[in-house]
Amino acid sequence: MASKLPRQEMPRQDALVRSKNFKEVALGYPPETAMLEASRCLQCKNPKCVKGCPVGVDIPQFVEKIAKGDFLEAAKIIKNKNLLPAICGRVCPQESQCEAQCILGIKGEPVAIGRLERFAADYEMAHGECKVEPKASTGKKVAVIGSGPAGLTCAAELARNGHAVTIFEALHVAGGVLMYGIPEFRLPKAIVQKEINGLRDMGVEIKVNQVVGKITSVQELLNIGYDAVFIGTGAGLPYFLNIPGENLCGVYSANEFLTRSNLMKAYDFPNFITPIKVGEQVAVLGGGNVAMDAARTALRLGAKNVHIIYRRSRTELPARLEEVENAEEEGVEFHLLTFPKEILGDENGNVKGMICLRYELGEPDQSGRRMPVPIKGSEFEIPAQTVVVAIGQRPNPLVTMTTKGLELNPRGTIIVDEKTMATSIPGVYAGGDVVTGAATVILAMGAGKKAAASINEYLATK
Amino acid sequence: MYTVVKKRVLAKAIVLLEIEAPDVAKKAQAGQFVIVRQFDNSERIPLTIMDYDRQKGTVTIVLQAVGYSSTLLTKLEEGDSLLDFVGPLGQPTEIKNYGTVLSVGGGVGVAPIHPIARALKEAGNYVISILAAKNKDLIILEKEMRAVSDEIVITTDDGSYGLKGFATHGVQAVLDRGLNIDAIWAIGPMIMMKSVADFTRPLGIKTFVSMNPIMVDGTGMCGACRVQVGEETKFACVHGPEFDGHLVDFDLAMKRSAYYRKEEAMVMEKYKCQCQKEGI
Ligand SMILES: Cc1cc2nc3c(=O)[nH]c(=O)nc-3n(C[C@H](O)[C@H](O)[C@H](O)COP(=O)(O)OP(=O)(O)OC[C@H]3O[C@@H](n4cnc5c(N)ncnc54)[C@H](O)[C@@H]3O)c2cc1C
Ligand SMILES: Cc1cc2nc3c(=O)[nH]c(=O)nc-3n(C[C@H](O)[C@H](O)[C@H](O)COP(=O)(O)OP(=O)(O)OC[C@H]3O[C@@H](n4cnc5c(N)ncnc54)[C@H](O)[C@@H]3O)c2cc1C
Ligand code: SF4
Ligand code: SF4
Ligand code: FES
Repeated sequence: MASKLPRQEMPRQDALVRSKNFKEVALGYPPETAMLEASRCLQCKNPKCVKGCPVGVDIPQFVEKIAKGDFLEAAKIIKNKNLLPAICGRVCPQESQCEAQCILGIKGEPVAIGRLERFAADYEMAHGECKVEPKASTGKKVAVIGSGPAGLTCAAELARNGHAVTIFEALHVAGGVLMYGIPEFRLPKAIVQKEINGLRDMGVEIKVNQVVGKITSVQELLNIGYDAVFIGTGAGLPYFLNIPGENLCGVYSANEFLTRSNLMKAYDFPNFITPIKVGEQVAVLGGGNVAMDAARTALRLGAKNVHIIYRRSRTELPARLEEVENAEEEGVEFHLLTFPKEILGDENGNVKGMICLRYELGEPDQSGRRMPVPIKGSEFEIPAQTVVVAIGQRPNPLVTMTTKGLELNPRGTIIVDEKTMATSIPGVYAGGDVVTGAATVILAMGAGKKAAASINEYLATK
Repeated sequence: MYTVVKKRVLAKAIVLLEIEAPDVAKKAQAGQFVIVRQFDNSERIPLTIMDYDRQKGTVTIVLQAVGYSSTLLTKLEEGDSLLDFVGPLGQPTEIKNYGTVLSVGGGVGVAPIHPIARALKEAGNYVISILAAKNKDLIILEKEMRAVSDEIVITTDDGSYGLKGFATHGVQAVLDRGLNIDAIWAIGPMIMMKSVADFTRPLGIKTFVSMNPIMVDGTGMCGACRVQVGEETKFACVHGPEFDGHLVDFDLAMKRSAYYRKEEAMVMEKYKCQCQKEGI
């Protein structure tokens, strides 16, 4: 039976080589390997995998096309549900979504759905694309605030339905976290820009350098003739620790560290003028994707030792499994059940280390995860000249604060009707991290799509 | 495109640029700033708004060449343009009728003080402006400041113009007249703002300073611009740039500003070589 085949490995750059460069780590399947992997799929009548995908990609159908060598058709099937497959194939946490549900995973290894999705998307990009033709113009205008995956997806769906869409983006480049957060070695920026150019081809106008809440407001957009507004401003405000020493030189938020490196290309300093500094020893606080990205970036920028410092144990690490493994292979050291209580500085105000505490896991908290509890008297010092804080983000209040009548949760996320993504203001919708708090690319896309469908209905009645 | 419609050299290495940016001009207020990027490989550079003309759709900035990026910006000519021009960012100055106020500008800090002094005067305050610089040649925007102030005091470190001494001497001179000062705005080099704040703290005069830490995005996303204000960590780009000068930890702020000194020197060096090669 086909399923006796092992799950096909995806070629990757050698760990020693790649930890010194910013080129993509995973190299993608060659066609033969993709076909072999696709042939492992049992083509289940009632495919569990599809239920694991937040946007319901028709997995068995596209996998079957790959098995048959019809790669463009495979890409088309994926794109029916997921407009950014080259991105999702790379960054979805498949092990907790589609692949987690795959029937083959019960006894053996699941079909490598993410890798196949990436393969089909890359193939399509390289060999003639299936262009989406927008419907005839409806004469309706929609403003989309934020150009992360939520905003991009919403814009694409709306444009497809013939509405005139303008995206307002605060930074000088569109793409959100895909551009400024996730590093080149995990998600090449050329791929993101290609997807964004696809939107431009569909007639979506992208205005960069527009900080909504400052240069304009949601209300003003409605006043000047936009029939609806979608807010997809993400969760870009970094949490700090509130411990002594966190404002010392050399203490970065992960956002700053990654933005300098990715968006401002500090890894190519001084050809690009924005500097970044890493010491020989770098401590990254946190255990999610953001922490892994910061740690691996630090290695590539020349750090000798990079430590991930995380309060809970390995099983609770929220990062994608593949990235944890990649980080370990590249030489990132994990200090689990450990967290700093103070950051230490020298006389010039530069970081020189941290006093850490060891933790043990106690009772489960509201989220069901066991609470880390510090062990009394377990203080010890970790030397570090750079500390990167990657303990989470919450929504930036620039838009929400300046929008009268917009209902928010206590943590600053926007309250929406989960079925329609409508906010408390008629004609204003929201989705992505600004609604859920920091989550995933595919969830943000799903929300953008759902909102677009409701906006479409709303505009029809207007 | 953000085109330079007017350029004026105000002093050695200090230029004024009036830039076409109608949307920003529409919203700009005293105390706010913009972030500019000149080329594709440039840094994002924060600059305070010195003036705006809503009708003409222009925003005026004044900048001093201190390093690579600012030097390149001073070389812009009329007709040239900037790649990015984002704003207005930060909180506007809280303008109301305080009574008698001092607006103190040190060096290039006179530029950001200008719209604040004007707005304060329009709000009915009696505005005394103090312009401080190293020497006479570095006193900028005197005419513009006279136009928006009730009185002007000038101080120079070397005594080549006005009173001899620092900005604090100017403040002292005003206080010596027995005037009751209700609030002070001090903008300039960090060390100058610190000394004004230190000077007014024991006198209990409310003192606002405009912090200029290193920034990246200017929207609250990165935290590079954090300043310690009393017990709190604030982001200068969204909570500021103006803060209560009596609460700001200037020593930390100055250390943070110096963090990339080595890298800045590296870029300058590279720039010099480039200039020599191109015979500029
Ligand atoms: C370093 C890092 C690594 C990650 N890795 C993964 C991963 O491997 N897999 C995964 O699934 N998820 C990952 N995530 C999470 C994922 O990137 C986010 O959940 C997703 O990007 C959220 O999409 P969004 O569209 O809601 O917001 P964002 O991507 O945050 O985009 C929001 C956009 O809105 C703009 N904006 C904000 N305020 C304004 C304003 N006032 N005016 C105009 N524009 C504004 C921002 O500049 C930004 O461009 C990662 C996140 C980070 C930070
Ligand atoms: C809110 C704000 C308003 C400002 N307004 C003005 C103004 O109106 N006119 C003016 O001439 N200057 C202003 N500055 C300072 C100006 O941004 C810096 O002089 C400029 O960024 C220096 O860049 P550089 O490459 O020329 O110098 P560099 O050689 O890189 O640095 C010289 C010094 O400038 C500071 N600096 C460097 N990069 C940045 C950065 N990205 N952000 C902030 N400071 C930095 C550092 O403290 C450094 O010591 C302002 C800064 C802020 C934060
Ligand atoms: S979009 Fe993500 S979750 Fe859905 S099938 Fe593709 S990789 Fe799996
Ligand atoms: S559950 Fe697994 S085997 Fe079944 S259709 Fe989905 S991918 Fe194929
Ligand atoms: S400059 Fe990034 S948060 Fe202020």
